[in-house]
Amino acid sequence: MSDNTETGTTPADATGAAGAPPKANEFKRVVRVFFGRTLYVIGFVIVVILILTAIFAPFIATHDPYETNLREKLEQPSSRHWLGTDSVGRDTYSRIIYGTQVSLLIGFSAVFASAVVGMLMGLAAAHFGGIVFALIMRFADALMALPGIILVLLIAGLGGGGIPVVIFALGFGGIAPQCRMMCGLALSVKQNDYVLAGRAMGMSNWRMMLTQIFPNAFPPLMVGITMGIGGVVLGEAGLSFLGIGVMPPVPSWGGMVNDGQRYLLHNPMLSLAPGVAIMLLVFGFNMMGDGIRDAVDPKLRGVI
Amino acid sequence: MSVVLDVENLKTYFHTEYGLVKAVDGISFNINQGEIIGLVGESGCGKSVSILSVMQLILTPGEIIEGKITFEGKDLRQFEANGPEMRAIRGSKMTMIFQEPMTSLNPVLTIRRQMTEILELHLDMDRASAGERAVELLRMVGVPDAASRIDDYPHQFSGGMRQRVMIAMAISCNPMIIFADEPTTAVDVTTQAQLLELMKDLVTRLNTALIIVTHNLGVVARYAQRIYVMYAGRIVESGPSEEIFDDPQHPYTIGLLNSVPRLGEKHGTRKLVPIYGVPPNLINMPPTCAFLPRCTYKTAQCEKEPWPALRSAGDNRYLSCYVDVRGKQ
Amino acid sequence: MTAYIIRRLIIGVIILLLVTMVVFLFVRLMPGDPLLVYMASFDINRQTSISQENYENLLHIWGLDRPIPVQYVDWLGGLLQGDLGKSIKLQEDIGILIAERMPRTAYIGFITFVLGTIGGITAGIVCALRRGTWMDNLITTTANIGMTIPVFWFGILLMYLFAYKLGWLPTSGWTNPFDDFWMSCKQLLMPVGSVIIGSIAGMARLTRSCMLEVMRADYVRTAWAKGLSERVIVVRHQIKNAMIPVVTALGGALGMILGGSVFIETVFAIPGMGLLMTNAVFDQDYQIVQAGVLLFGGIIIFSNLVVDILWGWLDPRIRLA
Repeated sequence: MSDNTETGTTPADATGAAGAPPKANEFKRVVRVFFGRTLYVIGFVIVVILILTAIFAPFIATHDPYETNLREKLEQPSSRHWLGTDSVGRDTYSRIIYGTQVSLLIGFSAVFASAVVGMLMGLAAAHFGGIVFALIMRFADALMALPGIILVLLIAGLGGGGIPVVIFALGFGGIAPQCRMMCGLALSVKQNDYVLAGRAMGMSNWRMMLTQIFPNAFPPLMVGITMGIGGVVLGEAGLSFLGIGVMPPVPSWGGMVNDGQRYLLHNPMLSLAPGVAIMLLVFGFNMMGDGIRDAVDPKLRGVI
Repeated sequence: MSVVLDVENLKTYFHTEYGLVKAVDGISFNINQGEIIGLVGESGCGKSVSILSVMQLILTPGEIIEGKITFEGKDLRQFEANGPEMRAIRGSKMTMIFQEPMTSLNPVLTIRRQMTEILELHLDMDRASAGERAVELLRMVGVPDAASRIDDYPHQFSGGMRQRVMIAMAISCNPMIIFADEPTTAVDVTTQAQLLELMKDLVTRLNTALIIVTHNLGVVARYAQRIYVMYAGRIVESGPSEEIFDDPQHPYTIGLLNSVPRLGEKHGTRKLVPIYGVPPNLINMPPTCAFLPRCTYKTAQCEKEPWPALRSAGDNRYLSCYVDVRGKQ
Repeated sequence: MTAYIIRRLIIGVIILLLVTMVVFLFVRLMPGDPLLVYMASFDINRQTSISQENYENLLHIWGLDRPIPVQYVDWLGGLLQGDLGKSIKLQEDIGILIAERMPRTAYIGFITFVLGTIGGITAGIVCALRRGTWMDNLITTTANIGMTIPVFWFGILLMYLFAYKLGWLPTSGWTNPFDDFWMSCKQLLMPVGSVIIGSIAGMARLTRSCMLEVMRADYVRTAWAKGLSERVIVVRHQIKNAMIPVVTALGGALGMILGGSVFIETVFAIPGMGLLMTNAVFDQDYQIVQAGVLLFGGIIIFSNLVVDILWGWLDPRIRLA
């Protein structure tokens, strides 16, 4: 299991000589640490499989996910319908496969959007300081003061649901943490000697941001994005479950859990199988995020 | 004079992500009662690991591979690292002052608690008398207004004052031996001198042995009776300090001495020369002398033969080098 | 310490004000109109179209024809007098609605929070102390999976197992614990169970990594060098330090539990705040949404204040700064 042994600071400090290896080795080491632990590899494999599933959904699915067939409604799992059919006769397995596309689309877009906006806001706050800092950070505080799902529920519900609204809502919900993290990082990087040195050499502020702060902020940003996807997919599933997320008939895992709930006794797979898909995806991205974090920068443990 | 601590062929390795780090690779040293010795070398040469190994405070992925550590006639390696025997020795007979006064004290406990816990544990004192003794100890190490400051938290102390607290904790049970791991590196020069004087006074008074671990030859020159010079996990030269200073025989020691100003030296009489190159990476070390790439005295023999073993080089002096540098300087 | 608390209190009030502004703006700027929803509910019977005159009349009655800042100040003024407004859809006083619904959500949330925090911290400490053993592996793996479980799905799974298949517990519903304590407990087991798994998992993971971090701290090495036993080092030197980041995460944990109430109240048909809010969002019922968000935000801000005080109590560097 993941243990602190390799990443603890004491032995590295004590030996000293082990620190600061050549840069070329660094990449190899990152790869080795990441792939050195079963759990991270499992996460990585899950993510790869899910992405492939989304891309090749038409070949993996056995049926058209939208095709209703009232003569075959609510069928039990069989060789023709592996997980049975729903109340209008659609194939549950195929809908789960196509649901991967929806979840990944929303996951990636929302996280990317909130990362970009949050990053810019965080950088601006750290860069300008003063009133800009206060305004941005208090705004972030206000957003953070609400339970994440409540904020997202509010936006998605009032926006009327649908994929774009869901992306907007989840993306908006993710801005505050990204913004805070980025601002904290930028501020701490700003204190570093090499940034002061750059300033002394007359580098412009914005150039400093781009050349000094961004490369340093990149690893945690990447970890944040990877870890964020799991959260966003959970959020999307929750919204769709409540009926204000992805709108039917588009296959969404959360919505399927809700639809199947009524037929729980008849065929529990209708409701439970899509939930397993959600968990698999979230688990994959969480583990991959953990792995990237530990491999790239163990000091981030506990920060993110 | 009796030998308090005798370390023989100590090896401590770290199993890291990068590979096996031979942080300490077969060092031997000893110290007599009341003696002050210096363990000198660049950072990363294994000095700190050596003394942490003696106290069995090595954490994973580090491991003491072999060696004999005899303290007061008992081999410490027969005891479990955190077993009752080791714990009875640590903090009472064998104590340590760490490099970082900023992080070595627990931030959420008062100085009083951090001091009394030692006295309660090893001397069986009750809380009240331990508190009184702690105040006394703080006075001994020169903390002003000790009676009220003892209830402060570490962050309310300056670096130098925190190091005084560490010293007070180290002497609280009249130890046989104190390890001081770069005790003055993190404080400014004036405080440095004060702390060293204080330590010297205290150990002389208590007849305690003191091992000063440092990268700064200037620090030990004044206080240590004997010096061990470490390089890349091994001791390369040892002997009485005046002799080491007056007549260094290992190229590394010579390099060290040439790179720092000496006390009492007239300004400008000698040019300071740095040691070129960087210390070796302790992973995958070549079998030859680790100092070879940086050495200015190297011969054809050095390129072929393995790292030379420590040999006697005069009265009480030991040296690990093929070359006789005398006359070449 | 007093000055510190007062400062935190002022910041809390400012953030709460900001929350109300953000929410108020959001609610007004979003498409959708509560009056249309409200009027549509009558029209189903009467089959008449909504007349413009009628609509404007209603707009005026509810004060929705005034500029947004005026509406906001008006609403805020009402709040200060204890008037939370009236639900357009339910035609009921929101204060009364909340007084009826909130205790249920708070009751479930409180149980979940207390048990989840204690359970998670204990599990995390055990893992850190026994790291690498089968127990650590088991708990850590369970926690990693627990982090991924959707609350609503787990609720349905529990319902399927314990209500439908085994028949041990009632499928859903709410009973006042003062009326029938035993029934109330049985009904609460599944809702609490479905939310608590996530809080235990999160807390355990955080506590474990904080403990492992602290184990490597210089002052812990000092403690070992003093000859203290492992038990004393863990209890006296490690736990208090490791708890500092854990305590700061408590506010977030409470937020997750409040958020989870939305789902479990839907799944288990518990008439609490979560269900009220969800329905209000569906019905575009401005007033309830505003009041609900304000309430949840207020709870989180207040608990963050408590967390800050706890933090100061744990960490003298904060308290005495």
